[in-house]
Amino acid sequence: MKSLKTLLLGTAAAMVAVSGAYADGHEGKRGRDGEVKIIYWQAPSILNPYLSGGTKDVESSSMIVEPLARFNERGELVPFLAESIPTVGNGGVSADLKKITWKIKPGLKWSDGTDFTSADVAFTAQYCMDPAGGCAQSAKFEGIDSVETPDPLTVVVNFKEPKPVPYNAFVGGQSPIIQAAQFKDCLGAKAPECTSANFGPIGTGPFVVTNFKPNDVIQMKANENFREEGKPAFASVTFKGGGDAAAAGRAVMETGEFDYAWNMQLAPDVLKKMAEGGKGTPISAFGTLVERLEMNMTDPSASLAEGERATAKHPHPILSDANVRRALSMAIDRPLLVEIGYGQAGRPTCNLVPAPQAWASDNTACLKQDLEGAKKLLDEAGWKIGAGGIREKDGKKFKLTYQTSTNAVRQDFQAIIKQNWKEIGVDTELRNISGSVFFGGDPASPDTFQKFYADVEMYANNFDGTDPEVYLSQYKCDKAPRPESQWQGENINRYCNADYDKMIVELSKTADLSKRQELAKKMNDMLTKDSMTIVPLVDRGRVSAASVTLGGVVLNTWDSELWNVADWYRKK
Amino acid sequence: MLNYTIRRLFFAIPTMLFISLVIFVVIKLSPSDPTAGMPLTIPPEVREKIREALGFNDPIHIQFFLWLKQLVYTEPKFWMNKLWGTDFEVGQRMISYATRSPVMDLVVQRIPQTLWVVGISYIVGILIAVPLGIISAYKQYSIFDQIGTFISMIGFSVPTFFTGVLMILLFSVTLGWFPSIYDTTHEVTDWSSFIYQVKQSIMPIMVLGLFNAAQISRYMRASMLENLTQDYVRTARAKGVKERSVVLVHVLRNSMIPVVTVIALNLPSVFGGALITEQVFQVNGLGQLLILAIQGGDVPVVQTVTVIFAVLIVLFSLIADVLYGMLDPRIRYD
Repeated sequence: MKSLKTLLLGTAAAMVAVSGAYADGHEGKRGRDGEVKIIYWQAPSILNPYLSGGTKDVESSSMIVEPLARFNERGELVPFLAESIPTVGNGGVSADLKKITWKIKPGLKWSDGTDFTSADVAFTAQYCMDPAGGCAQSAKFEGIDSVETPDPLTVVVNFKEPKPVPYNAFVGGQSPIIQAAQFKDCLGAKAPECTSANFGPIGTGPFVVTNFKPNDVIQMKANENFREEGKPAFASVTFKGGGDAAAAGRAVMETGEFDYAWNMQLAPDVLKKMAEGGKGTPISAFGTLVERLEMNMTDPSASLAEGERATAKHPHPILSDANVRRALSMAIDRPLLVEIGYGQAGRPTCNLVPAPQAWASDNTACLKQDLEGAKKLLDEAGWKIGAGGIREKDGKKFKLTYQTSTNAVRQDFQAIIKQNWKEIGVDTELRNISGSVFFGGDPASPDTFQKFYADVEMYANNFDGTDPEVYLSQYKCDKAPRPESQWQGENINRYCNADYDKMIVELSKTADLSKRQELAKKMNDMLTKDSMTIVPLVDRGRVSAASVTLGGVVLNTWDSELWNVADWYRKK
Repeated sequence: MLNYTIRRLFFAIPTMLFISLVIFVVIKLSPSDPTAGMPLTIPPEVREKIREALGFNDPIHIQFFLWLKQLVYTEPKFWMNKLWGTDFEVGQRMISYATRSPVMDLVVQRIPQTLWVVGISYIVGILIAVPLGIISAYKQYSIFDQIGTFISMIGFSVPTFFTGVLMILLFSVTLGWFPSIYDTTHEVTDWSSFIYQVKQSIMPIMVLGLFNAAQISRYMRASMLENLTQDYVRTARAKGVKERSVVLVHVLRNSMIPVVTVIALNLPSVFGGALITEQVFQVNGLGQLLILAIQGGDVPVVQTVTVIFAVLIVLFSLIADVLYGMLDPRIRYD
């Protein structure tokens, strides 16, 4: 029996994740394990991920609605509603890369008992691509020319341009399939009027919504029409939202009131103390989230006229020198930052793209602090120690403003880095801004991260899925936030390099995986170790907490954390 | 009195309009963005489309009048249809940015919890405060008075977000008596579920109750002290009235006049205190709704809930005035 099981696992690689629960000898009837209680300290406000990009909403709805394929914990694509992953090799993706054909598993049912067909998939695309709907995931559907449904089990997506990585639409937690029958009157401007559909989508996932109180709690029960026999193990789910990370951690690890808590953004010592409660354990995994310093390449000085301030017209008086930026990076003690801020949930990094392994550059030079080297670089750049130990050049003091969002760990980081920089004769003024303002795109506010009215700023960013093409394309010249673009744009540093722009175009045309990886590494190096425009600090993992009695949890940073909730069970 | 009340209510309308305009302008001037909480992986063009679809970019006066119309015209029609089965044409109801659902539905869903926690904690507060104030004043500078003063000073000066977390650590984590997270799906159907409801609400109620008691007991004590030295008290005692009736009938009734006003006037500010307590214990009340809406840049919800609080304040100050007139025959409004 055991060898047969091993054989099965070996042959069907895609099935590994799905049959994981069986691998440790746990099976039985659907709903046998009663209730599971999940807590997210950010409360879900809607269960339609197309109307909210928030992680809390995407992940809570991932228990109800599912995509054709998901990423597993290693970042590999696994089919969910699709039969297999289409590739050029198996003929699912056309040779000119302009067409992808998805085959749907036969016999799939919606939770209301009706048949799941390719029409639902095509409808999902229509729903999100409606320009008046304000679909939060429309970037996933970008470049789609048409979606055809030759038969009920086949979906053909045609792209306008060749798409080397066609796994955006219908893949991952952000892009699940919604039921055409339920949402047919909710297209475009009518999307927000469909409250009952948005609060209780009919899905194919392991659970069905029975009661949803927005910004508070979701109650779910097992989906009787779920495609896998004997799953889910739990008959019902209480999904509580709200409070803060500490309260959620306490409820899982100390009082045992809940089984699973999401995103424990807590200081390592606090987390350790909670884990001593013995009712639950923190679990962690790494993805692509990198906490970084962004160097402003333009002059944010308040003496410049509004409209010219922090634009490409005025290069930064201090930070335009690459060696100065390098010195600032060398002075930072990254291992200390990790120890204080993240513990097991972080590791120092010099890369903008830290994962997957095959995409990450072997760039490790920054990991060791080098104060002497930093001082030497600054001396060479003409910045001499002046009054009060602060460097000066041509009568100008080396003084930087360094801003970030309000968050205990970030303020610790600011204090440490300020100290590091002081040791090399750099004076730093610290600012922190409420996250809702800092990350809000209000063009009238001087405090957004896009406007960047500071010399250095710190935040974290990552990319969806495993291919960094879109992520790396953010640093294109014309994506710089500026008055003409209403200060919108992703090229926060206003980095501008014609060679880099050419490589973006090249990457978008390259289909060969190893060539893509090589190119991505080169681009990563251009932004980080070559130019020090971006100074990565910490590769941030995800930490969640699971009760000691909860089995089958596989923390996944490439997709929704609850991606395999159908496999969860109660340890006896 | 009736004339006075009607006149006050009438004057409250421009006040309310002005308050809601000020709130709206303040919210709009503060940098907030409904897409701020979304992951950075969502590109700026998409964010702009979302803001567009929400009507976030419309001119500010249009947004205000649309909101006002929805609040005083569309919503009442909807609720009349719902309650009395009338058949008015209902237009687009006020939609929250974060949930894309009608704001009033959220408010209605959350009022009972707030009333339950705030209401009971206020009653508990009064029940503690009044006897405490009476005894403290009657036995001024006694040990009881000193201890009472000390406790109420602590209750007054230690914020509820601190006492709340302290209680959780003591009663949930260490002793394990009460749940640390309020189960908002709990329904009271029998005796044991009622016990659970009491258990889960006892901490938030006590935290708020002690805070209220601290305030009210100070007023009660001061008012009693003032009256105890009055001539009529001496006269009553000289006539041979029992000490018990002197204090509990003569003095207490007169001392209650300012205290009742304070109780009525303070009620809206209790909602403010409940804001934080609800967040600590995760009670899904109006306060928690407001905090989440502020964090999420959900302008329609913030605006509506704040205006509801403003209405409560105006209403309760009117009630306080009317009560004052009823209790104190020297005060006449007409």
